[in-house]
Amino acid sequence: MEKQKAHIDKNNTVIKIRGVEKSFADYDVLRGIDLDLYQGENLVVLGRSGTGKSVLIKLISGLLTTDAGTIEVLGNDVTHISQRALEDLRIRIGFSFQNSALYDSMTVRKNLEFPLVRNRKGITRDEINKNVEEVLEAVGLSQTINQMPSELSGGQRKRIGIARTLILNPEIMLYDEPTAGLDPITCIEINDLINEVQQRYHTSSIIITHDLTCAKMTGDRIAMLLDGQFQRVGTFDEVFATTDPRVKPFYDYNFIQ
Amino acid sequence: MLYRVYAFVLRFFKEVFLPPYEFKEIVRQCYETGVRSFTLITLTGFIVGVIFTKQSRPSLTDFGATSWLPSLVSIAIMKALAPLVTALIAAGKVGSSIGAELGSMRVTEQIDAMEVSGTKPFKFLVCTRVIATTITIPLLATYTAFIALIGGYLNVSQNEGTSYSVFMEQAFEPLTFIDFWASLSKAIVFGFTIGIVGCYQGYNSTKGTEGVGKAANGAVVTAMFLVFIEEVLIVQIAGWFR
Repeated sequence: MEKQKAHIDKNNTVIKIRGVEKSFADYDVLRGIDLDLYQGENLVVLGRSGTGKSVLIKLISGLLTTDAGTIEVLGNDVTHISQRALEDLRIRIGFSFQNSALYDSMTVRKNLEFPLVRNRKGITRDEINKNVEEVLEAVGLSQTINQMPSELSGGQRKRIGIARTLILNPEIMLYDEPTAGLDPITCIEINDLINEVQQRYHTSSIIITHDLTCAKMTGDRIAMLLDGQFQRVGTFDEVFATTDPRVKPFYDYNFIQ
Repeated sequence: MLYRVYAFVLRFFKEVFLPPYEFKEIVRQCYETGVRSFTLITLTGFIVGVIFTKQSRPSLTDFGATSWLPSLVSIAIMKALAPLVTALIAAGKVGSSIGAELGSMRVTEQIDAMEVSGTKPFKFLVCTRVIATTITIPLLATYTAFIALIGGYLNVSQNEGTSYSVFMEQAFEPLTFIDFWASLSKAIVFGFTIGIVGCYQGYNSTKGTEGVGKAANGAVVTAMFLVFIEEVLIVQIAGWFR
């Protein structure tokens, strides 16, 4: 499915990253990165494995802490934020994990209800059911409502993972390798779903991937993470209009080989 | 390491009194903990009662004191064996299961998923499990004591022809309130230890599936070691009140 034109508000920066550094032991993963995510935009972060792409979104969601720099999310500096304020902020951010991270002791219904019940005080049973049915319909998996995560395919698990984040109506979506380990057809379905989420829920998203088809299909802008810094940022065509030996093989492997 | 354990225990006491209280999950965990160990506890308790009675008989017979058998059996079971055997079984069965379950949730990012969805994984996963083990292990220990006494009674009744009422009268006669209290306190402390150690190991597990195995193993070994240390300390403290 062709990506529809997104309504991006460049005057409204929902995530502002400035000079962020992060190292693990002696390994400097991020070396002073700067990045902006605009309202309504799908920003794809590309890079080789181990370059700190997933670390970046874990820093944004406060799962990891920075060594230096600031990350402003929806006006809140997550590097200097109280636990309480961070919990409130996280409700506004959806995080889709690489391996879906579905709670394997709960059915699909319970997985979806879990964040809802805990974050919407006084919600009625009818409202819960309505919300669950709505997000399941949005990801096209209404029939799986009573299944256990172990009974779902990889693609279905990804979709339910996305549905679980959508149930809280997030303003920002963070996708960690949404198409990793999936067959090409399911990849296309997931890419379409990411675009549909952008249109239907008006979310701003960061999509972490090394799948160029996913980047091309979903990204309004691409940021290439190399050697701990964003070396190239722009549209898909702008980023790959280069002979840089660190960038070109990505394109060649995905579209020529 | 010690600081991290201290911080974990401190966090438990800080969060356990704050809402939300997750009553449903506590009840579910109590059920899981109790049911998971029930059959094994029943079998082990009964066998401990029978074996202890059988092994004690020859020594008492040498002194012509077989009539003391019910008292000896009850003192040993109530004061030491019931809470200790229950704790060791629970450490193996429940502690390892908590360690493995939370460890697996950690490495598959399920705990992170709870964290980023604004829910409180520590409260939901750790507090509920520790409360459950702290409640159910004393109950299981009381049940073990009862079953072990039945085992002892059956053996005594078979060999000495003692009636049930006489056996029970002799069994409870030497026991004081402090003995019951010390035994119950021990079981509560053991229950808390097994829960908190299992949760600590699982919640902080790293390094993928290898970490899950280590968490389960660490939960059992550490809990058993601590149970023995606590046994010595509580016996010592109870002695001061006698």
